[in-house]
Amino acid sequence: MQVTLKILRFDPAKDQRPHWQTYQVEAEPTDRVLDLLHKVKWEQDGTLAFRRSCGHGICGSDAMLINGRNRLACKTLVKDLGKVITVEPIRGLPVEKDLIVDMEPFFAAYRAVKPFLINEEPPPQRERLQSPEERERFDHGTKCILCASCTTSCPVFWVNGTYLGPAAIVQAHRFIFDSRDRGKRERFKALGSGSGVWRCRTAYNCTEACPREIPVTQLIEEVKREILFDRF
Amino acid sequence: MAHRHEVIVVGAGGAGLATALYAAREGADVAVVSKLYPTRSHTGAAQGGIGAALGNVEEDHWEWHMFDTVKGGDYLTDQDAAEVFAKEVIEAVIELEHMGLPFDRLPNGKIAQRRFGGHTKDWGKAPVHRAAHAADRTGHMILQTLYQQCVKHNITFYNEFHVTDVILEDGVAKGLVALELATGELHLFQAKAIVIASGGFGRIYKVTSNAYTLTGDLQAILYRKGLPLEDMEFYQFHPTGLYPLGILLTEGARGEGGILRNGLGERFMERYAPTIKDLAPRDVVARAMYLEVREGRGAGPKKDHVLLDLTHLPPEVIEKKLPDITEFSRIYLGVDPLKEPVPVMPTAHYAMGGIPTTLWGQVIQDEKNTVVPGLYAAGEAACVSLHGANRLGTNSLGDLVVFGRRAGIHAARFAKDADYHELTEEHLGPSRERIERIKNSTGKEKVAVLRAELQQSMMDHASVFRTGELLQKQVEILKELMDRYKRISIDDKGDAYNTELVEALELGYLLEVSEALVHSALNRTESRGAHAREDYPERDDQNWLKHTLAYKVADGKVAFRYKPVVLGRFEPKARTY
Ligand SMILES: Cc1cc2nc3c(=O)[nH]c(=O)nc-3n(C[C@H](O)[C@H](O)[C@H](O)COP(=O)(O)OP(=O)(O)OC[C@H]3O[C@@H](n4cnc5c(N)ncnc54)[C@H](O)[C@@H]3O)c2cc1C
Ligand code: SF4
Ligand code: FES
Repeated sequence: MQVTLKILRFDPAKDQRPHWQTYQVEAEPTDRVLDLLHKVKWEQDGTLAFRRSCGHGICGSDAMLINGRNRLACKTLVKDLGKVITVEPIRGLPVEKDLIVDMEPFFAAYRAVKPFLINEEPPPQRERLQSPEERERFDHGTKCILCASCTTSCPVFWVNGTYLGPAAIVQAHRFIFDSRDRGKRERFKALGSGSGVWRCRTAYNCTEACPREIPVTQLIEEVKREILFDRF
Repeated sequence: MAHRHEVIVVGAGGAGLATALYAAREGADVAVVSKLYPTRSHTGAAQGGIGAALGNVEEDHWEWHMFDTVKGGDYLTDQDAAEVFAKEVIEAVIELEHMGLPFDRLPNGKIAQRRFGGHTKDWGKAPVHRAAHAADRTGHMILQTLYQQCVKHNITFYNEFHVTDVILEDGVAKGLVALELATGELHLFQAKAIVIASGGFGRIYKVTSNAYTLTGDLQAILYRKGLPLEDMEFYQFHPTGLYPLGILLTEGARGEGGILRNGLGERFMERYAPTIKDLAPRDVVARAMYLEVREGRGAGPKKDHVLLDLTHLPPEVIEKKLPDITEFSRIYLGVDPLKEPVPVMPTAHYAMGGIPTTLWGQVIQDEKNTVVPGLYAAGEAACVSLHGANRLGTNSLGDLVVFGRRAGIHAARFAKDADYHELTEEHLGPSRERIERIKNSTGKEKVAVLRAELQQSMMDHASVFRTGELLQKQVEILKELMDRYKRISIDDKGDAYNTELVEALELGYLLEVSEALVHSALNRTESRGAHAREDYPERDDQNWLKHTLAYKVADGKVAFRYKPVVLGRFEPKARTY
């Protein structure tokens, strides 16, 4: 079937501001949006720029706004979208070219929450023990592929770019609730600050946007509660 | 722009990050240059597990793991590498756990383990639980954990820098050239030691589990400079690629009890590997699948694939232990593995061959193991040779951490006593010329067209089964494609994120590694592991118990030298399962 693909284009060397460009492509209902972007790039217009790597929803490269929602192009099939498909870069991060945005602010927030196990006790000879229940407690956050769909769907982040954003809080959650970790107070410094969790307005956009079905809002709430209880 | 670091690692997958981390712990100033953001490297796609004889579920020994690795590699595995590996991978897995890797757990709190193809107890008697895992996203967890540790150690990253050249002069590695994708600027990197950890090249084939970005860049760059590539004829096809896309369904699915069936519903592996059936090594299973299809027992309207049946497993096993692959088949095929069997066919997966190295990751340049000072390689880009003619599942993730760590430690120690070399702007010249030539070309050939022809022809002539005739045909096709490659042109003449230029460079690398692979395969007149020649169906230890070193002499011309296999504990024997 014929699909109309409307892509928001921007070339910093030529354009003052982004503009729409329309392409007609032949598609199967089971094609991924990524396949359509490749068809445009490989058959019609080589200048189109976007990121991708794995092609099946694991690497987090190709988060973009598809028909108005944040999704991974490689995990979204034509049959779920219809014959007119719009594609734009994710919002709130500076656009560098076409669908490619600057990820540095996103990773800066990631680094700010100390996203690594903190435990200075000398480790045992063998593994540290952890029960299946303790392991389950933080399972959700371990699925995160750092695609930025959640953070860039968050109205608070759009308005205030210094907000750490949902993804960074998910990363913090992953360690705060890991029975082996001892670093939660260190993380609370960033999380409890003016740009931390208290900015969250519980809009649920992040949870809807997450392609890994992580209950992002719930995890943010759990972090908020942990900070509160920690005071008493 | 120029940069200088004592140790520079190319690639931020599992191998690159492990290397960087251990080099930093040795006190070296380390930087990682990667064409992708680290967490987007393909190691993140690895699913099933990392093999180590922890013995958490049942009795296990590193000697059994070593034996399985050697036998799995059809005795082309170097046994010194297999011994170091089987011992050190135990410690490496424990260390990953200490770094915070969220392995699945047993009720007693220890790391959980599952079964995997070719992993056995008692020297082949029965399958063993050896693969430590975190659901079916073990690679994701390894990549994330290693990256987290690199963040903790403040290692410098040059993300989205595409390496275009390794500077080798007077037989010594001196630095790198890389294209910054954001700006199109060429950067010069000065280093005392360089570690290549740039991953595999599955994109030479049409049906593959590999990312779009796995194009063998650094293998090709070194090969063009006259360094050899080892054992390139051994390329692994993983049995269970989602049909027809090639997206991987982990062998862990069979480890948990999944069964392969043909179009008649028969459990056909009983005929090919009576002892361990569906858990036979990958080369054995992939060939069996092709034979079933060829003999008319395939499934589906075209009878061109087989089925992976999980429907008899408890739903909670599928949901808890195999969540990602369940989702893949639901999304991409609309098939629910809980209710119906999943269509599968072999998919190009893993390069056993690559840049030859010593046990410490030092790159070697000839059959006498002469090292190239300052140059190292690790991970799928390298060949130590741990995997021989066929890699066992879960041995790649182990390879990354064991040999990545060794390369990192050795490179850091080497760098301590080494000096920087003088580099000038002139060293950017060859890369600049190559890029300008592509950008300014008025030729009529299209990158996407040539790449598609390459991938289809490699599939037709140099995949699971090979013959001299087919390979010879592919030699001719490659010559023609290389010639046409000189006349490619691109639309994008800009500097910022010129991803079309990147794809054009990558096609060049794909052609080079294909050349090394096809010539090596034509040259090896026997069948061993993943290299199945129908015109030479027997393994021939008399003539071929040796490693191939392929050297580029000119476009379309390849010369060979040979290296003996390091034998030891285990005498080559007929390989039955
Ligand atoms: C789908 C799938 C599932 C798998 N499952 C398992 C499993 O369960 N168990 C197991 O043991 N193995 C598994 N494997 C194999 C294993 O995952 C890979 O062999 C391994 O991850 C390779 O790691 P690496 O670090 O060598 O390379 P990669 O992770 O591929 O990283 C390569 C790096 O090199 C960089 N790079 C490449 N070219 C350039 C360049 N020109 N300039 C700069 N940087 C460059 C890339 O950016 C990237 O960072 C699986 C593989 C696949 C494809
Ligand atoms: S939480 Fe979900 S949406 Fe947010 S970065 Fe992680 S995977 Fe992406
Ligand atoms: S390309 Fe990897 S997530 Fe889409």
